[in-house]
Amino acid sequence: MGDTGPATSPLTSAFAAGRPALVAYVMAGYPDRATSLASLRAAARGGADVIELGVPYGDPVADGPVIAEAASVARQQEGGFGLVHSLQVAKAFAQGLGAGKPPPLVVMTYLNPLMRLGLPAAASTMRGAGVHGVIIPDMPPEAAAPWLGVAEGIDTVFLAAPTSTDERLAVVGGASRGFVYCVSATGVTGERVHLALGLAEQVARVKAHTALPVAVGFGVSTPESAAQVAAFADGVIVGSAIVKRQGDPAEVERFVRSLARAVHGEP
Amino acid sequence: MSDVLLPSAESAYATPDAQGFYGPYGGTFVPETVVPALHELATAYRQACADPAFDRELLGMLRDYVGRPTPLYRADRLAAAVGLGTVLLKREDLNHTGAHKINNTIGQCLLARRMGKGRVIAETGAGQHGVATATTAALLGLECSVFMGTEDIRRQALNVYKMRLLGAEVIPVSDGSGTLADAVSAALRHWVERVEDTFYVIGSAVGPHPYPEMVRDFQSVIGSEIVGQLEEKRVERVDAVVACVGGGSNAIGTFFPFLRDVPADRRPALIGAEAAGLGLESGRHGAALTKGSPGVLHGFYSYLLQDEAGNPLEAYSISAGLDYPGVGPEHSHLKDEGLVRYEGVTDEQALEAFALLTRTEGIIPAIESSHALALLPRLAEELGPDGVVVVTVSGRGDKDMDIVREAGLDG
Repeated sequence: MGDTGPATSPLTSAFAAGRPALVAYVMAGYPDRATSLASLRAAARGGADVIELGVPYGDPVADGPVIAEAASVARQQEGGFGLVHSLQVAKAFAQGLGAGKPPPLVVMTYLNPLMRLGLPAAASTMRGAGVHGVIIPDMPPEAAAPWLGVAEGIDTVFLAAPTSTDERLAVVGGASRGFVYCVSATGVTGERVHLALGLAEQVARVKAHTALPVAVGFGVSTPESAAQVAAFADGVIVGSAIVKRQGDPAEVERFVRSLARAVHGEP
Repeated sequence: MSDVLLPSAESAYATPDAQGFYGPYGGTFVPETVVPALHELATAYRQACADPAFDRELLGMLRDYVGRPTPLYRADRLAAAVGLGTVLLKREDLNHTGAHKINNTIGQCLLARRMGKGRVIAETGAGQHGVATATTAALLGLECSVFMGTEDIRRQALNVYKMRLLGAEVIPVSDGSGTLADAVSAALRHWVERVEDTFYVIGSAVGPHPYPEMVRDFQSVIGSEIVGQLEEKRVERVDAVVACVGGGSNAIGTFFPFLRDVPADRRPALIGAEAAGLGLESGRHGAALTKGSPGVLHGFYSYLLQDEAGNPLEAYSISAGLDYPGVGPEHSHLKDEGLVRYEGVTDEQALEAFALLTRTEGIIPAIESSHALALLPRLAEELGPDGVVVVTVSGRGDKDMDIVREAGLDG
């Protein structure tokens, strides 16, 4: 792929407003389909620059208890709730409410739901839903060729971990499109009391291997910690702390607004 | 004991490839956090394989501590009862700790020590792998935590107590159905968090590369011994070799040397017995190869019991060691290539075989191993009264007394 690819993608551009960006994670279908769509819209109104939409899955090996439990609740709806339903929610969100263009949407899904649907069908459904990017936490770059072969038009975001060597950061940075997802700590998603020591250095190390924006996730749960991360990262990803509030979209909007102010450096 | 325990460079049947693929199956589908650890492990394993000192230490422990080689026992009363000419039982039940699992835990724990990891974790279903890991950790002075589903803790209370006696911490996993698959997920999650000081001892030929290959190699001592013992006993013809398949480690350890060392025209039929639970059409079984479809679970691509949306389904078997929704990737490849045949065995058939071996030979097999034994009557129909069959008895049945009693088998 040429140099123009990543630079011109709408997802990359969402980080180019001259200030750090907030990426807000919402679990599709939790606690039900309509409320999750309302929470997506609430997160957009609250000022999220990018929306990450989680797909409920039965073995979420990278996720902590909050997101795992939300996925479990979502899946228990009548008829189940998986990738296809999540992309319907994404489509409804992308079509917007008329007022302004919604922020770009990235789908976070494990690999097997994509395989079950069939990779080409999954990619074309995503494109049809107006999805800009995808994060597949159990698909490292070495295993990505079959997906990347059919995923044209969708930015595939790869993860950089605290354990990644420089050699691997080069692989991750080279394979990523849209942005690079920097995992702040070993372990699963979820709120942590303290940010990992050395996080700023880790982000600097990731940035040395990519021209793309670097967003930090796992463990960021308050406006205070979000502001700390925004001091050295291009983007801040907040998940579990938003998912916990998803039963009440108005509360999601209020919370996302407080995060956005902190990340954007507004008073 | 065979001197070809660890893999040799050249063989007609050569798997996996450098990325850990067996045909399309296998691979590495895990979060980035553990990818560097898997690379480190693969490198350390290759170095260990090339180091004669590692081979010597492993062989020495298998001989003096585990009690290998295990006998290949000619079970004539069983053969007569099922109508076969000869039945030979590979007695993995006679290993220290009572099952084949320790062949692998010794190998992996030696590797952990070699890599400087002072702490090991494991998942366990029936508890046999947990006990074997706790035992080996005690022997080598490693800290040990074992993840076990709450339902399995209930079914296998004796093994839980043993692990604690051995100094291991048993961590209950109440997610999902509280069985083996949930324990694997919990152990993987924990490993993602503690990857820097922790070695994950996987108990079956599953997981991301290089685990399926490594576990197969450590378990191949079973098949290598069988091949040598058949020669010693001057058994000219073997018609079939049978083993049970959950994740599939005793089966791949039994089959692999036949695939690697025996020419196809002289190779016996290799047959894996999967858990058909309450019946293959009941929706309550663990027969991933017979009834599943390919997908990714626990870091590898293989046949898998899954729903329409790609979520793993709950597996079921009377045997806690076989109720796993996936299966080792090499078995998927062997199935597709037609090199191994896989058949379902129901709970009821396994219980019948359990009773038959107990009464004809005075050997009480594990309920897992009883699934392999249950194929003997079918093979008698197929092969007739001159048929010669080898069965790997992967473990002993002491742990299953409560289950068998609950199932109503008369004492």
